[in-house]
Amino acid sequence: MICSKVLVPSGVLGLGFDIEALKNGLNRKPDIISIDGGSTDSGPYSLGSGTSKYSRSAIKSEWKILMKAREEAKIPLLIGSSGTCGTDEMVDWMEDITIELAEEMGQSIKITKLYCEQNKEFIKTSFKKQKISSLDPSPKLDADIIHDMSHIVALAGAEQIQECIKTGADIILAGRTTDTAIISALPLMKGADPGGSWHGAKIAECGALCSNNPTSGVVLVEFDKSGFTVEAMASNASCTPESVAAHMLYENADPFILYEPGGYMDVTNANYRLEKNGKVRVDGANWLKSGTYNVKLEGAKITGYQTSLLVLLRDQNYVENAKTWVSKLSNFLKKQIKEKMELDTPLYSLEFRLIGVNGALGELETKVREPTEVGVLCIITSKKTAISNEIAKLINPFLLHYPLTDNEELPTFAFPYSPVHSDRGCVYEFVLNHTLELNHPMEAFRIKTSEV
Amino acid sequence: MSTLGKKVSRIRSKNAGPFWITIDIFCGSIDVYKDICLNLHNQKVADLLKVKGQDLKRFEIEKLNVIKFSFPRKIPQGHVLDRDMHGAQMAVLLSEMDF
Repeated sequence: MICSKVLVPSGVLGLGFDIEALKNGLNRKPDIISIDGGSTDSGPYSLGSGTSKYSRSAIKSEWKILMKAREEAKIPLLIGSSGTCGTDEMVDWMEDITIELAEEMGQSIKITKLYCEQNKEFIKTSFKKQKISSLDPSPKLDADIIHDMSHIVALAGAEQIQECIKTGADIILAGRTTDTAIISALPLMKGADPGGSWHGAKIAECGALCSNNPTSGVVLVEFDKSGFTVEAMASNASCTPESVAAHMLYENADPFILYEPGGYMDVTNANYRLEKNGKVRVDGANWLKSGTYNVKLEGAKITGYQTSLLVLLRDQNYVENAKTWVSKLSNFLKKQIKEKMELDTPLYSLEFRLIGVNGALGELETKVREPTEVGVLCIITSKKTAISNEIAKLINPFLLHYPLTDNEELPTFAFPYSPVHSDRGCVYEFVLNHTLELNHPMEAFRIKTSEV
Repeated sequence: MSTLGKKVSRIRSKNAGPFWITIDIFCGSIDVYKDICLNLHNQKVADLLKVKGQDLKRFEIEKLNVIKFSFPRKIPQGHVLDRDMHGAQMAVLLSEMDF
């Protein structure tokens, strides 16, 4: 007997999905529409600045389609990790979009919001009480670092999402949540097999990425007492036991184990088989409950303020000797900065990357080939925008004219635009790879319900 | 000598959270899988990726004919010194490796 059916429109809101596939999915009478709204995958900037990676217009146009679908199907619509990073402000941002759309479409809806952002004092106290444990690898953590973070979020799990579902909301806007919990929460509530609920959720978390046509987006997962079946909803997409099993490898350091709030899933003994109707049937995963209830933390702090410059070397001699040129130039510039700005290297960083030589891999690059031209990307980071911009202006003429040897005519390289320096603003870094132990699942989370 | 990339059907790499990178080698057949399990040594991969041998985790998944390597990032994702935010170019190193 099927306990619940979850329709997943795509791996993330903002990436698009196939409309026909969504219709096919709705015809199958799902119990809930669940979609992810974020990730750390785009880097620390989103969490650090508390902003969305995707454009508001992309989010609004896709959310409109899903809100229409919900109104017709009369089932809850749920988004996790609102606005990429899932901060409180991004949950409210998602609510603004939702209210705007409800007004435009004349919908009356009940909205439940789940807030996942953490108060620094609470985190400091938890750290003192040794409720915070580091994962591997373990970045250094102390009270000062906690103080310096611009945003800290805890990843909600199935329990917090279930609390939201219990409010009877039409639309649930959750802050940072594990990709899987937005899918597993309902089947777990309805008595589906715990191992199967988490496993099915992991398989469907990226939508149709578990099928042979990833861009079609939509998949339907049917959960029951012994496992789950998954099916791609687009007519030109299908899941196979291999495509489904292979998704356990994706973005997962361990292909058999997945940690979640309150325990972990083990798929070592899972079985995958193709059913006649094009569905893939999976069972055999285990859920192992942990002794304490731990949630993962994410936090970012400001590293500094960055300014970059790009210069192109096309002259054959400079292309061949790009590494030597950069090394000589770098030493020369450091002396100039010391002399004219009275600044030493711990107060700023000046890095050169050779695009065309080893831009992407740096010291790991093994291939040696002669490029037509070399892009020299110069990255300046310091504690103040004014300092980074001042360094950029100071080094500008040397980037343009610095000669490889003393006895040659002054060269001029290519600056691709004016001004050649780009003020990149504030840059952030991830500083937490830790978990937080809670006395009860809602201790670090807050729920707000409203009707519009 | 051929390369690992020419031997297998696909190699991909990606972040597994901001602090790890994972590489999946899809061998395409059981024969290739067995050959690679036997002849692709951890030390060679660790040297190529410049990670310590004990930090390199290896998984052999016969059901999928896949060999997977995971290792902690020396530079966390998006750090000032990070050159490849999604870790997807690591696959190229393995693909172009002599085998």
